[in-house]
Parts: sequence; C-alpha cells; structure tokens
Amino acid sequence: MAISRRAALKGLLVGGAAAAGVAGAPDPGGAVARPVPPADAVGLLYDATLCIGCKACVGACQEANDLPRDPTGLGPQYNAPIDLSQRAKTVIKLYDDGEVSSFFKAQCMHCVDPACTTACMLGALKKREFGVVTYEPDLCVGCRYCEIACPFNVPKFEWAKMAPKIVKCELCKQRLAVGREPACTEVCPRQAVIFGTRSDLLQEARRRIAAAPGRYVPKVFGETDGGGTQCLYLSHVPFDKVGLPTLGDRPAPELARSIQHGLYRGFVAPVALYGALAIVMMRHRKPSATADS
Amino acid sequence: MWTTPFDVARPDGAVARRDFLRVCTLAAAAVGLGPFAAERFAGAAERGQKPSVIWLHFQECTGCTESLLRTSHPGIGDLILDLISLDYHETLLAAAGHQAEACLRQTMAAHAGKYVCIVEGAIPTKENGIYCMIGGRTALDIVQDVASQAGAVIAMGSCASWGGVPSAGPNPTGSSPVRAVFTGKPVVNIPGCPPNPYNLLGVVLQYATYGTLPALDAEGRPLFAYGRTIHEHCPRRAHFDAGRFAERFGDEGHRLGYCLYKLGCKGPATHANCSVLHFCEVVDAWPIGLGHPCFGCTEQKVGFTMPLHQTVEIYRPTGPDTYPPIHAPQGGVSPLATGIAGAVVGGLVAGGYVASKQLSAPGADEPSSPPTTEV
Amino acid sequence: MSAQAQPVGGSFFSPGVRILSGIAGLGALAIAWRLLRGLGATTALNDGYPFGLWIAFDVVTGTALACGGYAVAILVYVLNRGRYSPLVRPALLTSALGYSLAGVGVALDVGRWWLLWKVPIYFWHWNFNSVLLEVALCIIAYTVVLWIELAPAFLERWRDSQVRLQRRLAVVALPALERGSVWIIALGLLLPTMHQSSLGTLMLLADSRLHPLWRTPWLPLLFLLTCVAMGYAVVVFESAFASLAFKRRPETAMLASLAGAIVPIQGFVVVFRLADLAWRGSLGLLFSSDVRALMVWAELGLFLLPVALLAQPANRRDLGALVRAAIAMMGAGALYRFDVFLVAFSPGTHYAYFPSLTELLVTLGLLAAEVMAYIFIVRRFPILSGGPGMAPERQTAS
Repeated sequence: MAISRRAALKGLLVGGAAAAGVAGAPDPGGAVARPVPPADAVGLLYDATLCIGCKACVGACQEANDLPRDPTGLGPQYNAPIDLSQRAKTVIKLYDDGEVSSFFKAQCMHCVDPACTTACMLGALKKREFGVVTYEPDLCVGCRYCEIACPFNVPKFEWAKMAPKIVKCELCKQRLAVGREPACTEVCPRQAVIFGTRSDLLQEARRRIAAAPGRYVPKVFGETDGGGTQCLYLSHVPFDKVGLPTLGDRPAPELARSIQHGLYRGFVAPVALYGALAIVMMRHRKPSATADS
Repeated sequence: MWTTPFDVARPDGAVARRDFLRVCTLAAAAVGLGPFAAERFAGAAERGQKPSVIWLHFQECTGCTESLLRTSHPGIGDLILDLISLDYHETLLAAAGHQAEACLRQTMAAHAGKYVCIVEGAIPTKENGIYCMIGGRTALDIVQDVASQAGAVIAMGSCASWGGVPSAGPNPTGSSPVRAVFTGKPVVNIPGCPPNPYNLLGVVLQYATYGTLPALDAEGRPLFAYGRTIHEHCPRRAHFDAGRFAERFGDEGHRLGYCLYKLGCKGPATHANCSVLHFCEVVDAWPIGLGHPCFGCTEQKVGFTMPLHQTVEIYRPTGPDTYPPIHAPQGGVSPLATGIAGAVVGGLVAGGYVASKQLSAPGADEPSSPPTTEV
Repeated sequence: MSAQAQPVGGSFFSPGVRILSGIAGLGALAIAWRLLRGLGATTALNDGYPFGLWIAFDVVTGTALACGGYAVAILVYVLNRGRYSPLVRPALLTSALGYSLAGVGVALDVGRWWLLWKVPIYFWHWNFNSVLLEVALCIIAYTVVLWIELAPAFLERWRDSQVRLQRRLAVVALPALERGSVWIIALGLLLPTMHQSSLGTLMLLADSRLHPLWRTPWLPLLFLLTCVAMGYAVVVFESAFASLAFKRRPETAMLASLAGAIVPIQGFVVVFRLADLAWRGSLGLLFSSDVRALMVWAELGLFLLPVALLAQPANRRDLGALVRAAIAMMGAGALYRFDVFLVAFSPGTHYAYFPSLTELLVTLGLLAAEVMAYIFIVRRFPILSGGPGMAPERQTAS
C-alpha cells in the first residue's frame, strides 16, 4: 500500500493546520463558482474488492462514538443495524444478484459541497476542520431538512429520544483531534477502508485501477460525483447497484442555491419590491383617503 | 518413560523434587500465575512456608469441597500435603469434637494474621444466628472470630459470596454472604455452584507465593477468572452468531449442539471462566458442555434469582454473519390511520359538497330557509 | 372599510362548536402524547420521510390556505380594487390564525423545539444558503405582521372597553397603526411573496431525490401562483360559509368576480406545467404506469375543474357552484403541495410513510381549533362587514 496511514495523518496534522483557511472558502461571488475541497481535506477510501464483510468497522464505530447497539435487523440478541441509523454511523451492506456480489460500507461521504450544510439553518452541520462535516447540537432545532437534502441519505435522527439529535459520521473528529485515525480504518483487518488526505487517497485509488485493469469499475466514485466527496469508493460492481446515487458532476445543492441566490442577491430584489409596493399603495391611498376613514 | 501428572504422588508417599516441581508448575499454569511462579512457589513450600488454611462450613451442601476433592492438576493429595497446610476443614479433618475445636484454636494462635480463612456457605443472621451453630458457637460468631485474625478471607461458592441457595426467597434464616457480616478485611468472592476449584487455587497460591491478592472486580471476584462472560468464549458461539438455536430440549438443534440461548442460557450475562477452564480436567464437564444452559451461578443477580429458562439481555452483542441488503425496507403504513384519513378527507369533501348545494338552493338574494345546523 | 365591520355577536357554544371542541380536545391529547413520548413513538416519520403530514399539510398547505390575506391584499392595495375591501379583515383573520397554527405545527414537528428561539435570535449563525432559514424568518415575521394588520379590529372594540388599559391602548395605538399602515401592508405583501415561493425552492434542494414530474426550477413560481389561487378560493369558501353559518347576506357578486379572477391563474398553472414538462422532456412520464403519474393527472384535473365549472355563466351567479369551484381550487393547490413534499420526494421505494393516528389527530385538532378561534373572534370583534344587506335573522341566531 502506498500510503502509510499514520504518516498521512501526521502530515495532515502538521500541514493541515497551516493550510486551513487558505482554500475552501466558497467564492462569495455566488452561483457559478463551485467550492473546491479544502487544502487539508481528509477522507476515506473504501475498496469493495478488499472488504470481507467482517463488520469490525461497524462495532468499532459504535464503540468509538458511544452509540448503543442496534438490534433492528435480527432481534434483541444481536447488534445488527439494517442501515445507517440513529445507532449506526457506518454499516456494511451486501449486494448479491446471484452472479456477482459486493460488500458496501455506508457512512457520511463528507461532500466537497454538502447539501446538508446548505440546508442547515444555523450551521449546526458545517464543514469544519479537515473539511469534515461535523455537528453542533446546540445549533440544531431538529428540523431534519438535512435529511431531505442529503443525496446519500446519510443524516439520521434519534427518533426514539426526547432530546433527539442528528446522528452521522463525523470521521471520528474526537480521534482526529488527538492525532488518531478514525475507528473504522484502524480496525479494518484488510485495510479495505483507509484514511488519508483526499489527494493522497485519490492518487492511491487511481494507482489501484491502473495496476489491475479489469479488477475495478474504472472510476473513483466521489472524485467528481455530486461536486466531489472526501470519502472515495472503488468497486468491482457498478456503483448504482450498491446504492450510490447517479449524481453527475453538479453539486446537489447547486440548483436550489443558485435560485435562492439569484432571487436574493444582495437583497436588492426584496427591497426594490418593498419600495415599489409602498409607492403603489401611497398613490392609491391619496384619492380614496377620505372614503377610507 | 514419561510420567503423567497422576503419577506424582507415589504410593510410598515419596515425592521427588523433580515431580514436586511438576506439581507446582501444573498448579501455577492452571491458574495462570506466570512462568517463574512455580519456582518461587516450590521454594517457599520447601522452606516450610506453606500457607495455613482454615476452612469453615456454614449453610451449604459441601459441593464446593466436593469439587475441590476432584481436582487432579494437582490432585487433592498433593494440594493438602505439599502445597498448602489445610489445618482445619470439617469435612476432611481426621479429628472430631473437642479435638477439632482445639485444632482450630491452635492454628489461629500459631498463624495469627497469616492464615487463609476460607468460608463455604452462607451465614444465618436471624435470631442472632442460631440457625447454624458449631461447637456451641453461632456461625456469625465463628466467622467474626476467625476472619478478623486471618491474613486473607475468601468466600468460596455462591452461598458465601452472595447468599446463594439458602438466601433464596423467602430466606427464613436471614442467610447472608460473608461480605455482609464481616467488613473488617477485603473478602475475595469466588462464586459458583460449585466454583471451579482452580479459581480458589489461584487465589491461595498467589497469596502463598507473593503475599498478595489478585485484582478484583466491583463485586469482589478475581478478574483472572471472572473478567469475561461465558458467552465470549463459548464453544457454541458460532451457532449463536449464525442464528442457530436449540428451541427445546431434545430437539434437532439441541442434539446438533446449537446455541442454548433460547432455552434460557445465562452465558451472555454471566462472568466466569467455565467456557475456557472445564471442571476437574474432564472435557466438557460444565453445564453448556453437557447440553444444559448456563444458569448464571457466578452472577449475583442471575443464578437463584432469575427463572431458569428466561432469556437474558446480551452484554455487548456482535453481529452475526448476515448482512442487510443495499435497500432495507423501513417505515410502515397503519391501516387504522389510512382509514381515518380517508374518512376525514371524504367527509370534508362530501360535507363541502352538501353544504354548497344548500348555498345554491335559496338563491343569492334572500336566505329564506335558514340551515338547521350551525357551524 | 373598518367602520362597516361589526361583531356578529351571539353565543359561542353552538352544537357545531361543541363538536369542534371535542376534536380540538383529542388534538390536545395527541399533542401531549407527542410531547411525552417523542417523535419516534407517536409519528410514522422515519429517516426516509423525515417530513410528514405536519410539514406537508399544517405548514406548507396550511400557510397557502392562509394566503387569503395576501391574495386579497394584492387585489385591494396593489390592483386598487377598493370594492373588495370588506373581504380584507376576514381574510386577514384566517391568515393570522392559519400562520399561527402552522407555527404550532412546526414547534411540534421539530425534535428540539426548545431551541427554536435561536433561529430568529442567533443572527451571527444564520446560514444564508439555507432556504429553510429564509422561510422560517419570513413566516415568523409575517405572522407578527398579520396580527399587527389585524390589530385595529381588536382595538376598535377596546375603544369602548370597560377596562381602562384596553381603552388607552386603543387610543394610542390606532392612529399609530393608521399612519404606518402603508409600510406594514407592504411588508404583508412582500413577506408572503418571498416565503411562499421559497417553499417551492425548499424541495429543490432534494435535487435528484425529487421526482422529475415535479422537479423544475420553476417550482418557486408555481408555489407562488398556487398560493394566490388558494388564497382567493379560501376567501370565497370562508365568506360563503360565514354567510351560511351566521345567516348573513352572501356577497355573491363580489365572490363571483373574485372566483373569476382565479380562472386564468388555474389555467396558466396547467399550461405552464405541461409546457415545462415538455421542455424538460419529461412529458412521457405522464403516461407511465407509476402512481406518481396518476397523482399529476389528479392535480391537473383538480386545477381544471374550477375552470370548467366557472366557464358556465349560470354557475357564476350560483353561490353553491362558486363554493364547489373554490373547494376544487383549494384541493388542487393542496394536492400539488402535498405531492411535492411527500409523493415527489423519493428516498427510495424501500421507505414507506403514512401519517400515524397521532399525526392525524394533531392536524385535525389544530384545524378545529382554528375554526373555533375564527368563530369566537368573529362573534366578538368587528371582522365581518354587515352593510345594508345584513340578514334580519341575525338577532335570533344563537
């Protein structure tokens, strides 16, 4: 393997701090310019051809993030989430059509231009350090608009709780903060999911495709999909079959945002409309003022 | 010729040093004391520093003693003749009556502050403890007296550890564990019904060799023996993970050795080493090995407390070898809610229509026929 | 206009109100149940359908049905059709009630309702990319504006009140409101224009997960048009039923021309939608066997039904037919909004949602409470205009 995970992490912790804030701020100009990954962007690379479905990552994730067991799939004696849920920030699924099968690791994609952060009213979900989309419960009212927005169906809601929060992978931000890699990559026995800077991972993914022609679908999912994601996928099965949406290169929130920004740029249109309405009404009012009151 | 461990104690009683070392190694290995413990242990024994042990019996069935008698690594003979000095044990004592009581007093005087006090059985506390008396003294009195002058106090078996059978409801004699009646020293609990004798040996030999007691969990059990659940190392675990269960005693699954969880196995909630250290070196000599669910004897809130065939919560469950599909169905539609919603929408539309007919009827000028109902 | 409006008077607890209060009581129980047990136990919402009945109906459809105030205000103040001014106050009242109860619906729907106060206050955290933030702020502001616009109705009553404080408040506030009315009314026109269109933008963020039959960048325009049409329809509906319930002379001629004004909007929406589908090459989807295609056909049918009804001149003079047309218009707009938020949204076929009993009861309870509040306020405060045609039976009505 080309990347030593620890070296990558060390590198990003030194270089990342310096680079943070240099890039990544979206062009204030608005609709046309697309956000680029921040310079310190980190992520995961999941290689479905290496995964053996041991689900060590699922348990390690729950443990690292203090999540309770999720018995949904198989009854109370098991910990078996059937999907990402309020109790599972990552889950291993199985695609099997009888001829070809593949495991699939679901977790937050940490989009370069996330729809959830676009949706969030007060910025409870936001791209913070390392480009990781993290969650601040103090700013969340629980409206669940992020769940509507996310094209990957990632954010989940603690339906059963009286003080519910949004639950999603935050790339083990508490571990990143102390220089450790995420729990899922640490425990993976075959390094089917690895951690690193996005550029390193992208390079590694391209190298693997080039090194073994025919082994993979010749595409790195997340390089440009939906405006690019920080978590990347390699697979031997077409990506749409394992549940990844076909998004094109356009960031998911771009359409809504361009309409919104087009209508409200500089707040000129609303103010103009307001003024026009007031003027119209003033005019109408004068001749009928006596009749009115 | 290779001598087996069973040959160690020869009929003539002579024990070669080499064989004695073998006994020590076996004992140390059996209880996991580490590579140099056997040497130190043999050295201590040869210097005559064998730990003096006083074994008290109260409300019990002597099952703990019986299981101790059946160890062979080392055998009971090696144990009481070479490794420890069993100075008082009501079942094994050759003496009787006043002679026996004198033996107890002498031992206590000679080894005050150093001997090991092992308690087997619960202690009755109602009516000042008159339900169990030996030599004219209540069990309460004896345990206070003997334990307070001991170097280490060990509660052997579930009865001594948390009351066990005698304390089961309605507990007419007020049976109590050692920890409840004696608080002068830390008490090592070795629960089990019976406990694996090696767990006792481990504690006694560590105390004899190093003068220390092993690390305990929150309930006073040695972590080396009670640090993990039966479930963690159960030989039937693969069946559990694959979802293969015996549904009733004697059914196909039971005969095929499937997991006994659904028959009420308490393994997932029970901390003990039964699944890795079978009793008395007989392979599969432990409940699950014999096809019976673990009944949780080493667990205070499980054995003698929970119904025998009731299933338990799983402690730290792991996933079986099944995977969710890419799109697992979620959410549902309640027929009741559907019906009510349909009725409401239909009712509103129909009501609106009927009301609009009423509006049409009188004409626009004069509401001559006022409607009967009022909104 | 205000001088002509009179309290209807009469006793509040009629048999109808008793039934309504029963429904509202059930709704209150359902609300308590939701607050005590949490969303998961009481609603059918799930991670595939995080928005359910409360958002799609109480908020999105409810505020559109509460656009009567907005729609009539356009007519009276912008297009200067002064003769419609008797409709302003009742329309404002339904709007104010509708928006306020939509606020209750939102508070019940969000999981962390005790933090809602932060949305308008924490301006340094405002995410200007968030359509929902704009909608939320606009709706909050508009609800306040609506009650201010409606305040004269209460203050006029309080001018003669026994309570001194109420009297003084009326004397001070009424002229101030009169002076500022242009600016307030202009705000009352601007805010709905903003947030009713943005309700359409809201679901555009779902992007690929919004079904192509509804996914169009013109969603904001369609939402704005439907809310205006629904606003007019509600005014017709409410005015006709008020005349029925309180035995007053119906303003058939005025309502007929009002309903007539909606016909072009309804027709335009249908033509525009078909043209848009054709432009985006999704017209073929209309003929697929999908349930969604059927829903679009149902929408288009409902949009065209009032157009067909009102095409006959005889129907325009018939208050009953006007009301039927109004019901169809409200149904069309409501179904359209419902579809965009629940049917068009496609998290995947493996997710299912249908509102739970608790959700239904809460929605019905809020609706009943709204009607009760309307009846109460109309009986006590000068909202409905009597005029010369006031029915003589009014005194006997109870």
